[in-house]
Amino acid sequence: MRGFLYFFETIKGLLITAKHLIVNSFFHTLNYIFRIKTKRKGSVTYQYPEEKKPLYPRDRTLHKMMFRDDGKPRCVGCMLCVTACPSDCIYVKAEEVDGEKIATTFIVNVNRCAFCGYCVEACPEDAIRMDSGKLDFVGYSTNEMVLNLLKRN
Amino acid sequence: MSVWLIALIKIIVLFAWLMLFALYATLLERKESAVIQDRHGANRASIFGISSFGIFQPFADALKMLFKEDFIPDFADKKMFKFAPVLTFFFSSLVIIAIPFGEPIKIGDKTISLQLINPDIALILIFALSSMSIYGVILGGWSSKNKYAFLGTMRATAQIISYEVALIFSVISLIMVYSSMKLYDIVLFQKAYLWGWLPRWGIFLQPLAFIVFIIAAIAETKRAPFDLPESESEIIGFFVEYSGIRFGVYMLTDFIETIMLSLLITVLFLGGWHIPFIERTGLSANWIKAIEIIGFQIKTFLVFGFLLLVRWTFPRYRFDQLMELGWKTLVPISIFNLIVTAIVIGLL
Repeated sequence: MRGFLYFFETIKGLLITAKHLIVNSFFHTLNYIFRIKTKRKGSVTYQYPEEKKPLYPRDRTLHKMMFRDDGKPRCVGCMLCVTACPSDCIYVKAEEVDGEKIATTFIVNVNRCAFCGYCVEACPEDAIRMDSGKLDFVGYSTNEMVLNLLKRN
Repeated sequence: MSVWLIALIKIIVLFAWLMLFALYATLLERKESAVIQDRHGANRASIFGISSFGIFQPFADALKMLFKEDFIPDFADKKMFKFAPVLTFFFSSLVIIAIPFGEPIKIGDKTISLQLINPDIALILIFALSSMSIYGVILGGWSSKNKYAFLGTMRATAQIISYEVALIFSVISLIMVYSSMKLYDIVLFQKAYLWGWLPRWGIFLQPLAFIVFIIAAIAETKRAPFDLPESESEIIGFFVEYSGIRFGVYMLTDFIETIMLSLLITVLFLGGWHIPFIERTGLSANWIKAIEIIGFQIKTFLVFGFLLLVRWTFPRYRFDQLMELGWKTLVPISIFNLIVTAIVIGLL
């Protein structure tokens, strides 16, 4: 009797995997051979370099400087972010341009940055943000990881 | 002369078919396991930027295996160590010679049977050859002079001997039904109908023998859920000292054994190349032959896919459970089936 139950349970197990196989291969065929995008995918994998995982709005990624309409940076050199930074990785220098104090140098040392986001919270002018969506920044030396945020690219 | 030429061409085609199937079986296994587990599977191997779902993956794997270091331990018996993988590969791929792939075809005035040899003792030959391949496993594990390899060998031997019994008993009841050991005659027997609508296939005539055969034969191929000789997580298995292409040969042999098993199941239980009711559609004889040859390939492929499904569904048995399943369940069932078959045949 136990043997019979065992046999039927193995059949049930086979049906579960067979269901996965058939349903997933159907969606694989639609998505990757006929290139029909369906809401349901055959797999839970993200094909990383080509296909990136969607980011949440709260995710903190590489720093970004915001600019005004006339091309000047929003940063007024108040040094609040420099004060707030626990890793001491921001260097700001400000000058007077057209009767207004504006940052001329804004360097973030990503080697030291812990991505805590305190600089973003401290900024009164909404000048620095961490929503660029870049997560795969790499360099061959530590010097390449010292970023000048005022360089627009 | 032309007989020899035809035989040579048949051998080349058969071997090419087998090698291609075995190569792509590795890819199929990776893909099928991936799809079962909601993954993608190997799809990155590309030539000139064309990857097309990983169809070059087997060649990349083979190249990798060829260029790996061929390491032979100092304490191993070198001659036997080199000879063992070749032995199992040879015997397990030799089974294909007796498999019929379709009805004989006519080219010009010659009739060519799609079978290399058609001996009277085909089934005995097949099981003799496939159980010879255990000698390669024994030699490989023993000549490695490694504790774990030796353990794997012992397990393989015990497992294969105990499952051979149930396998052969289930095949004997088949032979009693088919009253022939020629595989071609077995397929011809299955090309009829019971009560006019049910194909007279082995799976319908001998369902119990089918279940016993399929379980025992999976155990013969040494793959999960009966992969105790290998058991990746406890002992690495009888090929623990093998590396590079020698290990690759062992791995390919596993797939070849599975292919042979799916061919045998197709021939013995699923009516070979017989497609039900195709002779009632009124197609011409040549078309039917062509469709049946393709149908045989598709059946084999589906059985192979089912065996992979089994392999990726069940976890490994413990060794005592394996022995219990073999001796206390499968052997009594197959003997019971044998007796019932004998009584039924005697009464009819």
